[in-house]
Amino acid sequence: MFPSMEVSGSAPLLSLSGIVKRYGKTEALCGLNLGLNAGEVLALLGPNGAGKTTAVRALLGLTAIDAGSIAVFGHAPGSYAARLSLGVMLQVGALPDQLRVRELLRLGASYYRTPELIDHLVVDCQLDGLMDRRYGELSGGQKRRAQFALALIGKPRLLVLDEPTAALDTAARQCFWAAIRARVTTGTAVLLTTHDLGEAESVAHRVLVMAKGRALGGGTPAEVRARIDGSVVRFRTRIEADQLTRLRGADHLQMDQGRASFLTREPEQLLRAALALDPELSDLEVTRPRLEDAVDRWLKEAA
Amino acid sequence: MNGSAHPAMATNTVQSAQPRWLVAYAREAQAEVLKLWRQPAFLYPTLAFPALFYLLFGVVMARGPNTGDVARYMLATYAVFGAMGPALFGFGVGLAEERGNGLLDLKRVLPLPPMAYLVAKTLMAMAFALFIGALLLLLAMAVGGVRLPLASIICYFAVLTFGALPFAALGLLIGCLMRAQAATAIVQMIYLPLGFLGGLWFPIFMLPKVLQAIAVFLPSYHFGQLNLWAVGIESIFPWISLLALGAFALVFLALAASAWRRMEM
Repeated sequence: MFPSMEVSGSAPLLSLSGIVKRYGKTEALCGLNLGLNAGEVLALLGPNGAGKTTAVRALLGLTAIDAGSIAVFGHAPGSYAARLSLGVMLQVGALPDQLRVRELLRLGASYYRTPELIDHLVVDCQLDGLMDRRYGELSGGQKRRAQFALALIGKPRLLVLDEPTAALDTAARQCFWAAIRARVTTGTAVLLTTHDLGEAESVAHRVLVMAKGRALGGGTPAEVRARIDGSVVRFRTRIEADQLTRLRGADHLQMDQGRASFLTREPEQLLRAALALDPELSDLEVTRPRLEDAVDRWLKEAA
Repeated sequence: MNGSAHPAMATNTVQSAQPRWLVAYAREAQAEVLKLWRQPAFLYPTLAFPALFYLLFGVVMARGPNTGDVARYMLATYAVFGAMGPALFGFGVGLAEERGNGLLDLKRVLPLPPMAYLVAKTLMAMAFALFIGALLLLLAMAVGGVRLPLASIICYFAVLTFGALPFAALGLLIGCLMRAQAATAIVQMIYLPLGFLGGLWFPIFMLPKVLQAIAVFLPSYHFGQLNLWAVGIESIFPWISLLALGAFALVFLALAASAWRRMEM
């Protein structure tokens, strides 16, 4: 987790309260509340259709909301003042194929009075050697890096990143988070959505678990992990599922491609019983619950 | 902070936002021009169609005692035909595409100066109108034997740049209402008839009477009339055409503005 900057008694950079958004009869958001302080990294988690992207679009002013209120640095979402202090990576956000990366960044820089130096961004976003290439010639990961540079160019106080690392390889991700870490330590706040819970666990100060347009709850990754106690046990076996559930300690069984997974308080008893039935049992793994396990559990309970 | 290491940038902070805004408008317009300039599928037809048609009908096939007048007449109308293209294709289809691929969303999230996105596309349409006008004028002078006084040349360029505006507004309307593919189809469906029925391909008096009656209701006809005055074919300033073109611009703009507002929700 990143070191977070201590900010005492300041108003939140971003606050959403009681947000309702309907598309026809379906409610994409039903009463979402959310706040974010300077120097804080908040990850929105949840399955597709949970309302993460709708929430992001609403706070950016791209989607009108049906009820509730949003303040970005105390300004209305989408207002010029709000946009000046934001850096954004949209999930779908094409840039013009015909323009060179350098041209895109110069254009982006012209929107701000004191933009980030382009030379710094070349380093931070690994754009060395790409500056004179046309955007359309870049690979998926390179495009994402150019978009990231554009998000950083206004020295934003709040970064809003919708699935930022989906197209990045491991090395590019490390570089990406290093660039963000440097900004978080000087007070930049980050709101991100991600499907990669391992990533959320390592970068976020707080996570918010969403389902069906609602926030189920949240906290630090450690707090969310602590919602479940016990151990996660996984193995591959030829024992049938209905037989597995009858073993001692066989709580919360899930089958995933022939691999059984349990969340149990009695891992030793469970393993003894399983091994007695199937000595050939393989691929055994016993771990502390990760954030992913805790969020999975939470979403299942809520469903 | 990085800014403090650069005194020149630090002093900029004190100034008002407006000087930066001018840079932003200029860069945004430059980007719009570059985007289309580097798109061969757009650029070549847009430049080649009016130029080739002009050479064919205004120069090669112009025979008889008044070939100079024919070349001058056709210069006026084919330049107008050429100026309509970028406004409809570049503005209309471009907007529809960028609405579909998420670029417009990104532009709405970035702190562009007010209306910069639309202003830039408008300036792009005007710049291309100028460029096509210059290309045809050079052809007319080089191979058509056309000679224009300086005042006429100035009027010619003024008419082309500002006459492109109602078509940019029409492009805006189409771009707001339609997806990229539908917008392309619609623009192709209206571009050629606007040219032909507006008397831009052949002189209006050569068309059948029925078609001549239709022409009066087309913005392309009035655009053509203004340019015929600019090059000295019509001696009386066509006030009616100026008013008609202005009225078309207002109607397209009003419709586009309401479509734009609905789209933003």
